[in-house]
Amino acid sequence: MKYVKKVLGEDLRQYTMVVALVALILIFNIASGGKMITSSNFQNLIAGNAYVLVLALGMLMVIVIGQIDLSVGSVAGFASMVMAITARQFNLPWYVAILVALAIGMAAGAWQGFFLSRLGIPGFITTLGGMMIFRGGVIWISNSISVPVPSELKWFGAGYLPEWGPAFTGMNNSTLLLGIIAIAVFAVLQVKKYNHSGDVTGVKEELWPTAIRIGIVAVVIGYLTWLFGSGRVGTSFPIPGLILVVLIIVYYLITERTSYGRHVYAVGGNKSAAELSGVNVKRTYFLTMLNMSVLAAVAGILFVGRSTAAGPADGTSWEMDAIASVFIGGASVSGGVGTVIATMVGGLVMAVLNNGLMLMGVGADKTQVIKGFVLLAAVAFDVYNKKNRK
Amino acid sequence: MNVTKGKEGKDQMADGYILQMKNITKTFPGVKALSDVTLEVSEASIHAICGENGAGKSTLMKVLSGVYPHGSYEGQIFFQGKEMAFKNIKESERAGIVIIHQELTMIPELSVTENIFMGNEIIEKGLINWEKERKRTKELLEEVGLHINPNAIIKNLGVGQQQLVEIAKALSKNVKLLILDEPTSSLNESDSENLLKLMLGLKKQGITCIMISHKLNEIAAVSDYVTVIRDGQTVDGYAVEAGKVDENKIIRAMVGREIENRYPEHTPKIGEVVLEVSDWNVEDAKVPGKMLCKNSKFHVKAGEIVGFAGLMGAGRTELMRSLFGKNMGIFRGGTIKIHGRDVKINSVQDAIKNKIAYVPEDRKVLGLNLLDTIRKTTVSANLDEIKTGGLLDFDKERAAAEKYRESLKIKCRDVSVGVNTLSGGNQQKVVLSKWMFTEPDILILDEPTRGIDVGAKYEIYKLIHELADQGKAVVLVSSELPELLGMADRIYTIFEGTITGEISAKEATQEILMKKMTITA
Repeated sequence: MKYVKKVLGEDLRQYTMVVALVALILIFNIASGGKMITSSNFQNLIAGNAYVLVLALGMLMVIVIGQIDLSVGSVAGFASMVMAITARQFNLPWYVAILVALAIGMAAGAWQGFFLSRLGIPGFITTLGGMMIFRGGVIWISNSISVPVPSELKWFGAGYLPEWGPAFTGMNNSTLLLGIIAIAVFAVLQVKKYNHSGDVTGVKEELWPTAIRIGIVAVVIGYLTWLFGSGRVGTSFPIPGLILVVLIIVYYLITERTSYGRHVYAVGGNKSAAELSGVNVKRTYFLTMLNMSVLAAVAGILFVGRSTAAGPADGTSWEMDAIASVFIGGASVSGGVGTVIATMVGGLVMAVLNNGLMLMGVGADKTQVIKGFVLLAAVAFDVYNKKNRK
Repeated sequence: MNVTKGKEGKDQMADGYILQMKNITKTFPGVKALSDVTLEVSEASIHAICGENGAGKSTLMKVLSGVYPHGSYEGQIFFQGKEMAFKNIKESERAGIVIIHQELTMIPELSVTENIFMGNEIIEKGLINWEKERKRTKELLEEVGLHINPNAIIKNLGVGQQQLVEIAKALSKNVKLLILDEPTSSLNESDSENLLKLMLGLKKQGITCIMISHKLNEIAAVSDYVTVIRDGQTVDGYAVEAGKVDENKIIRAMVGREIENRYPEHTPKIGEVVLEVSDWNVEDAKVPGKMLCKNSKFHVKAGEIVGFAGLMGAGRTELMRSLFGKNMGIFRGGTIKIHGRDVKINSVQDAIKNKIAYVPEDRKVLGLNLLDTIRKTTVSANLDEIKTGGLLDFDKERAAAEKYRESLKIKCRDVSVGVNTLSGGNQQKVVLSKWMFTEPDILILDEPTRGIDVGAKYEIYKLIHELADQGKAVVLVSSELPELLGMADRIYTIFEGTITGEISAKEATQEILMKKMTITA
């Protein structure tokens, strides 16, 4: 156990959900007769759920500041519908269309951030209003009819990396390159960390845990690279997945390594103490709500890209999946607690459940019931754990 | 009124006492809050109880009203000649003892009538008879001199009116002994006067009042008898004749203890004036017209430790927090000069930029995010300092935390553990390190040793001396007079928002301070 802790860190509990996720994947694989762990299913899983995970990134920060955003699905739907309509009306190129969607997201976020930060109306109410306003708005401006989006957007929602280079690798070389880069970056960061480890404390870490860590990550990423890269020719690690990975890295850095990120946790943990430490609480509220709606617009783009048209019902109840992901990831309802990585694991648990139950031919009704139970079980387990720690 | 029955009862009443608490001792784990306290209150009188913060006044009243049930304390309580054994507040209320707490306990969204009859509704055939309740409420309100609609919603009333409603509620329960815990602490002057007049009126009707107060002018104005409690013991009692009271005697009795040698030796190296505050005025955001700070004017020099003495609610914290970025109350004018230069400080960020640090009085509520680790807390007020290329640098963060862990002797397994795992003294050191990391010129410490054991206190005192020796201007707000006398070079006293005195620590004694803390200059 001592050795395990040296490799994985002191707090092993944070891996509980990872273990659950892997277990779920294995169980579904057996139950579905091997349909779960295949290249095409994993590509589908990521491409089809990237938008929820993007929402969860923003939702995490909203929940950490002690608020909730119920409007994300409606904002996503509204932003992508406005994008689709203006693009068709004015024959806009795809990149202008994307800018339109992001601008709508930003405006919606500023609107809700204003009510929360300036008028002090709780996020629950502000965004409940937003949910109705933007949902109604989507149906209104679209006359309840789907609107096709510029065809280039398909690349964002369901595109694949290019094929190139020699065929003897037996897989998509872009994916292979990504995998190699990922392993290399991780290894470099680990070695750097190891070299610095004694600088402050004076106690140099041992080398072997670093080596084992690099080994484990290399094997995992290597396997996933092969899994994603060895599908049908022309497929690879999906573009929406790549966008998600970039966003995860960005938001990991924002939450862990910037003043703003610290302020988010400070406001959620103890608002009064944060204020007396010089944190601009109102600004933190505003930026967090703004950011959430911009990410909602991004999610909307990914989704309509995949379905090639913006529909009046797009985004319905997405907020629930995003919120569930954050809480399965161990965030606290009262704020101040939650991490990007755990939220992504939580989101993947939801995604695997959706996907696995579908593979087994379970209907949407029962899937909903099972997801509800899993959410309760995960949070109950988390609460139980925290109580026992004290 | 007098329902004396039996011989023994008659004898008791013959002494004229409505209440006798005999040899009350109350122990909390590790602390003796009350030790052998005796309190005798005459029928139809106003009896004042005074003592320092934490002397045991409130504990005694909780024993009386049954908050601490019979059996959890030692001693006897006689009320109207009969021995009482209250198990809860309900029982003491039934006997006619009602306590009105400092913080009012009414439900803000409900009407006056609903609040007065809360839990005590007039019920006929299973339904509330609103007609009767409203009529009775009207009568009760008249009695306390309040001319408002019984249907008025509590939250729309002023604090003074709310207090009168509380008293009306007590009257509805046929109160015989009314206990008021610092009744005027949240009232403005005219409301306070009204309340004191009402107490005199109640006395005429034969209702006995116990008033916990440390405002000697009020005690002098209305009370018949004063009991002084210090360190959980009754130390003295005086009859107050014709509205006159020997204030010096009471003050001596309140502070009476010797100063032990609990403070490190220190020779101050005092320099130029660093902080100068003039004509500082702050109004209470909740009670219109009540001033938290009235024309406050003070200064602090480099290397100097300046104490602020005042009783609870005198406005010390309010003054400091309004200086620290207008964080409390409504600003009503005033100027701050730092190093002789006028500065505008409108937010906490401004205050930090101007090298002011404020260590708040309640570290768990205002000082710490209990979810955070030591290292994150240490740097939280000065994140720019640990950045490398725009991103937070964990090595720098750890280095900062380790530095203070060593210099302040913070006892912890690792700086990555949560602050909630630390003892009170170590938590306070983490809060101090957070502010030392901002490298302030002016350090305001609000009750820096509250709830900390003696050993840790001594370390914090030494640290305060070190900070002063580095040339920082230190403001020390404290409720413990010995601490101020032992630590400060100069002391200001505050009473009801007014700075009533400035005195060098050499000339100051507890008596002099207490006098200035309880009387307007």
